[in-house]
Formats: sequence, C-alpha cells, structure tokens
Amino acid sequence: MVLLTRKIEFAASHRYHNPDFSPEENRRVFGKCNNPHGHGHNYTLEVTVAGEPDPVTGMVLDLKDLKEILEREVMQRMDHRFLNYEVPELAGQIPTCENIALVIWNLLDPQIKQGKLHRVRLYETPDLFADCYRNSANGAKA
Amino acid sequence: MDIGAQNAAVKVALGRRYHFAASHRLHNPALSEEENWRLYGKCNNPYGHGHNYTVEVLVSGKVDPATGMIANLADLDGFVQSEVLEPFDHKSLNEDVAAFQSTVPTTENLCIEIYRRLKPFPKAKLECVRVQETSNNSFEYAGDHPEGFEG
Repeated sequence: MVLLTRKIEFAASHRYHNPDFSPEENRRVFGKCNNPHGHGHNYTLEVTVAGEPDPVTGMVLDLKDLKEILEREVMQRMDHRFLNYEVPELAGQIPTCENIALVIWNLLDPQIKQGKLHRVRLYETPDLFADCYRNSANGAKA
Repeated sequence: MDIGAQNAAVKVALGRRYHFAASHRLHNPALSEEENWRLYGKCNNPYGHGHNYTVEVLVSGKVDPATGMIANLADLDGFVQSEVLEPFDHKSLNEDVAAFQSTVPTTENLCIEIYRRLKPFPKAKLECVRVQETSNNSFEYAGDHPEGFEG
C-alpha cells in the first residue's frame, strides 16, 4: 500500500459560541474564540489517500482528480468564508478544528473512487491540528 | 447521513505542539570514558549542550457536541504546562529531572518520559507523543502500541 498526500491552504473566519450556554459560560469555555465578531485562520489541509499504484498509470489516483475534488468540496465551500454562517454542513455546530476536519472527511470520503481516504489532517495553526482516520475496531489498518 | 456528525466509522484526534529549551549530556557512567566518547561523540561533552525541543501530543476521543471539542485546549495546555514544560523548560535534563539521574536523556528516553507524564491526562486518550530534537530528527512513542496511532 502506498500513501499519497496532497496539501491545500484556505483562509476562513469562525466563532465559537453555543446558544445553549449563558454569555459567561460561553466566555469561560471558549475564551477569546467567543469574540462576537469572529476571527480567522489560515488553515492547512493535508489529505492522504491509500492504495496500490495502478500498473498502467503508476498512480494511486490521478493528482489532478484529487486537486479538482479538493477545489470543489473544500476550497469553494470554505475559502474566504465565515464558517459559522456560510458553510451549511457546519450549521448548528461549533466550527472547531475537530468538527471542520470531520465535515471535510465526510465530504471527501465518498468522492475518492480510486484508493481509499486514509487521513484528513487540518492545521488551524502550525501548533494545532485535528486528524480524522477510518476507525477500525479490529485494529487493522484501513 | 448527517455530514457534520461523528460516527463510529471515523476516529478523531487532536494534535498540539509545544516548545521548550533544555540542555542534556549523553553519558553512561557504566561505560569507560573512551566508550562514552566513541558511542555519544560530541553529545558526551562534559558540560552538556542544549536543544529547542518540540513536543507533539496527539489525543483522541469523542467530539463533545456542546463544545465541538475532544478536550478543551486550555485543559490540555495546562496539563502539559505543569507536567512537562515547567519541569523541563530551561533546565538541565540530567541534573533537574529525576528520571534522568539513572537514564541517559536521549530523545528516545525523553519521548518515553513525556508519554509517561502525559498518559494520566483525564480528559482524552493519549495516543502518541512525538519529540523533535532538531528539525532533522524526531522520535515517536505510543505506549505499548507497537504500530502507534494508526495501528
């Protein structure tokens, strides 16, 4: 099995706020991420696909195809957007790194037809990231 | 399928990097001076030397729908601060950390010691600790799990 990783970057704003919490609770749990007008990050997304190279093309999947999928599913949806208000998949959720990575996993997984989505890693800053993996109860590598 | 929901098919982990600076000396008192020098080279310099270490901590768990988080970063940061950064930052690993009185503070052993200190983190499951000694070498430890997080 070979792992192939493509990286893209997008910029977006967000705000952490749970309407079920009191204003004090929101500030206590989310700190400055609760700022009413939001704030933003340069996100770096690493998408890893696992598979065997095709004997004819030598590719796990065509990087052009992956690039198009990432452009359509991630860039057009999230780049230069306010994630809370403009990304329907995140509606009603706190747009943390964990939740954004999970949405990206769920968007990409059905689109990867050659090879299999192996890992989504989303960096919010160079020191903070979330990973999504296929959960394999028996411990076998997905 | 609710596209935003975490389901059993997907595992989510949170990774966080921390930085500290410390000195160490690689020296095994059970070996002769010549053997120490041959084995550890300039890392055996009697006065020690230092590095800017980067520690990457990976924790996993269920994403709490109320907060969107596996663990609140403030809790993780506070735990790493008290268990690792305060005792290690701007210290001599050999002289100031009890575990390295009897163990050579290679980055392999440092990685295991940091894992041991962080394993009791109560809010999420520690998956793996990766310690970068310089930008050219890093070490990873995932407890007894031989293949690490992905295994």
